[in-house]
Amino acid sequence: MKKAIQQSLITGVLAFLVFGPISGLVLAGYDVDFHGERPLIIALVVALSRFAFILLADSKKGTQLSQIIFGRRDGGVTVSSGESHNYYLLFGGIIAAFALPFILSKYWLSVAVLALIYVLLAMGLNIVVGLAGLLDLGFVAFYAVGAYGYALGFQYLGLGFWSAIPFGAFLAACFGVVLGFPVLRMHGDYLAIVTLGFGEIIRLVLNNWVSFTGGPSGVFVPPPTILGLEFTRRAKQGGEPFHQFFDIAYSGSFRTIFLYLVLLLLVISITFFVVRLRKMPLGRAWEALREDEIACRSLGINHVTTKLSAFAMGAMVGGLGGVFFAASQGFVNPTSFTFFESALILAIVVLGGLGSTIGVIVAALVLTVLPELLRDFSQYRVLLFGLAMVLMMIWRPRGLVRPKRPMFKLGSAVVAAHTPPTAESNFKVSH
Amino acid sequence: MDLIILGQQLVNGLVLGSIYGLIAVGYTMVYGIIGMINFAHGEVYMISAYLSAIFLAVITAWGVSSAPVVLLLVLFLTIFITALYGWSIERVAYRPLRGSTRLAPLISAIGISLVLQDYVRLGQGAKSQGVPPLIEGSFRFYLDNPEHYIQISIIQSLIILASLVGMGTLHYLMQKTALGRACRATQQDRIMARLLGVDTDRIISIVFVLGSAMAAIAGVLVTLNYGSFDFHVGFVTGIKAFTAAVLGGIGSLPGAMLGGLILGLSESFFSGFINTDYKDVFAFSILVLVLIFKPSGLLGVAEVEKV
Repeated sequence: MKKAIQQSLITGVLAFLVFGPISGLVLAGYDVDFHGERPLIIALVVALSRFAFILLADSKKGTQLSQIIFGRRDGGVTVSSGESHNYYLLFGGIIAAFALPFILSKYWLSVAVLALIYVLLAMGLNIVVGLAGLLDLGFVAFYAVGAYGYALGFQYLGLGFWSAIPFGAFLAACFGVVLGFPVLRMHGDYLAIVTLGFGEIIRLVLNNWVSFTGGPSGVFVPPPTILGLEFTRRAKQGGEPFHQFFDIAYSGSFRTIFLYLVLLLLVISITFFVVRLRKMPLGRAWEALREDEIACRSLGINHVTTKLSAFAMGAMVGGLGGVFFAASQGFVNPTSFTFFESALILAIVVLGGLGSTIGVIVAALVLTVLPELLRDFSQYRVLLFGLAMVLMMIWRPRGLVRPKRPMFKLGSAVVAAHTPPTAESNFKVSH
Repeated sequence: MDLIILGQQLVNGLVLGSIYGLIAVGYTMVYGIIGMINFAHGEVYMISAYLSAIFLAVITAWGVSSAPVVLLLVLFLTIFITALYGWSIERVAYRPLRGSTRLAPLISAIGISLVLQDYVRLGQGAKSQGVPPLIEGSFRFYLDNPEHYIQISIIQSLIILASLVGMGTLHYLMQKTALGRACRATQQDRIMARLLGVDTDRIISIVFVLGSAMAAIAGVLVTLNYGSFDFHVGFVTGIKAFTAAVLGGIGSLPGAMLGGLILGLSESFFSGFINTDYKDVFAFSILVLVLIFKPSGLLGVAEVEKV
C-alpha cells in the first residue's frame, strides 16, 4: 500500500513535469497564456490510474480480472479445432446490411460508404501486415493509386466507373509488385521505413506534378453510372438519368445507395475470397513466412512469389478502396493520402487483431462510425487511437479478436514445468 | 556570382546537415542498443521546438534580457524536459514490450507519435507558432568586392558548433567512460551484459535520454534560426534524420554525423541548383535507395543473420 502511494506520487510528479509546459503554458504570439489547471488534471489522472493499476495487480481479484481481460492462462492445454461458424448470424448480418440504405438518412449513408471503404483498406493492409507479417507504413500509396487511377483514367483515357474498378485494382497491384521487388530482402523496421518513404514519394509527386495530376488543387472524378444510367438530375455523360428511366422521383441519395450496394457486394466477395485464401497453400505460406522466414525457405517455400503475391493482393484491395473513395467524393487531391491515413488504417488492423479478418472488419466499422456518434469526443480521436495502439501492443498484441484456427498450445505453467532451466531463467539479475 | 550561390548553399547545407546529424544521433543510438527504430523521435524533436518557444517566452517575461543567459536557460530547461519525454517514451512504449514480437514496439511507437502530435495540437492549437529573434547578426565573408559575400548568421554558426561539441562529447562518453562501456556491452549482448552486472534497463533508458537531449539541442537552435514551426515538423524532419542515420550506417555515431552532413549538403545543392519542389522526394529517394542497395550504410557493419 505504501509502495503504491509512493510510486503513484512519483508518477504524478513526472507526469506534471512532462505534460506541464505544453498543456499549461499555451503560446499566444510571442507570449504565453497560463493554464495551470490542465497539467494538474492530467497529472492527477495519471497518478490515480497508476495507483489503481498497482492495487489491481497486487490483489487476487485483480489477477483474476486481468486473466479474463488479457486471456493469459497459466495452466492447462488449449486445443482448438478452429471451426466456429454461426451461419444464422452471418446471413442475418448480410441481409441487414443490404436493407440498411433504405433506412438510413443520406448523411449516415455516406458515413456507411466511408466505413465500407475503410473495411476494404483494412482488409488489404491485413493481408500484408496481418497475414504476411510485412509492416507496410505506406499503404496509403495504393489507395492513392486507385483513386487517381480512376480520376486520371477518366481524364486521359476516358474510363468510366466500371472500367476504372479493374483498372485501378490492376494499377495498384502493379505498384505493389514494383514496391515489393526491392524490399524482398528486408524485414521488420527497414521494410516499414522504405514503404513509408515510398508512400510519401507518391504523395509528393502527385502534389508537385501539376501538369499531369493537377497538383494540390486536385482532379475531378465523374459520378458513377450503371448500364449507361446516371444518378444525376440530368444526364451529363451521354446516358439517361436513373430516375427518368424507372419513372420515379429524383433523389440525391440514389448515387450513395448505389455506391453502398456495389461496395457491400465487393466487401462480401473479398471477405469470402480472403477467408478461403487463408486455407489454401498460398495463405498458409504467408502466415508461415510471418512466423519464421528462414524455416520457410529451408522447407522450400518460394519467398519471392509469396511476398510479392501478398504485396500485390493487398495493394489491389487498397486500390479498389481508392476507386470507391474517388467515386464517392467526386474529387481527389493529395491531402487525402498523407501518412496519417496509413497510420489510421494500421491502427484499425492492429485493433482488430493482426490477421483476424472478422476482427479487422469490426474494427474498421467501429472506428469510422464511432467518431461520428461521439461528436463531442471527435477532436480526441487521434489521441485515443494512438493510446489504443500502445495499450493493445502491451496487453493484447494479437488483437481483441484472436484468429481461431486449429491449434495446440501449452499454458505457460505447463511449459515451465517441463522445460529444463535455461541460463536466463536461472540467473535472473535483479537490482 | 555562381561562386557566391555555391558558397551560400554550402553554408546552408552544413547547417542543415548539422541539424540532421544531431537528430540522427537519437535514431542511431537507440537502434544500436535495442535494434529498433524509435519512431517517436521526430515528435520528440517537435516537442522540443515547442518547449523552447514556451521557455523563451516565459524567461523573457521574467525580465531576463541578456541573450546568452536566455539562450543557456532555454537550452537547459528544454533539454531537461525533452529528456524526460525520451525517458517516458521508453518506459511506456518500449520497456513493457521487451521480448514481444518485432512489430509490437514499432507499432506502439507509431501510437506514441500519434499521441504526441495530437497532444501538442490540442494543447497549443493547430496554427503555426513563432519566436522573436533572440540573437541577431552574422558573419560575412567577402569575395572580391563588398557586393559579393557569403553570409553565415551567429545562430547558424552556433548550430554547427553545437553539433560538433555534442558529437565530440557523446563520442567521448561512449568510448572512454564506464557508462559508454556498459552501453557498448549492452549493444553487443544484452543477456551477457546483464549476467555481468550491467543494469541493461537503465542503460537503455539512458540512451533514450541522451538521444532526446541531442534532439532538444537541435530543436532549440532550429527554432531560433528559422523562427517558426508547427506540430507537423516532427514527421518530415524525423524521416530525414533517420535517412541520415541510415546513410551513415545505423548504430554508428560518427556515421550519423557524416550521414547528416551528406544529406544536408546534397539536399541544399539539389534545392539550390535543380528543383525546390522535389527536395523532399529527393531525400526520401536517397532513403529508399540506401536501404535497398546498402542497408549497412557508409560506416556501419553489415548484419549477419544467424539461425
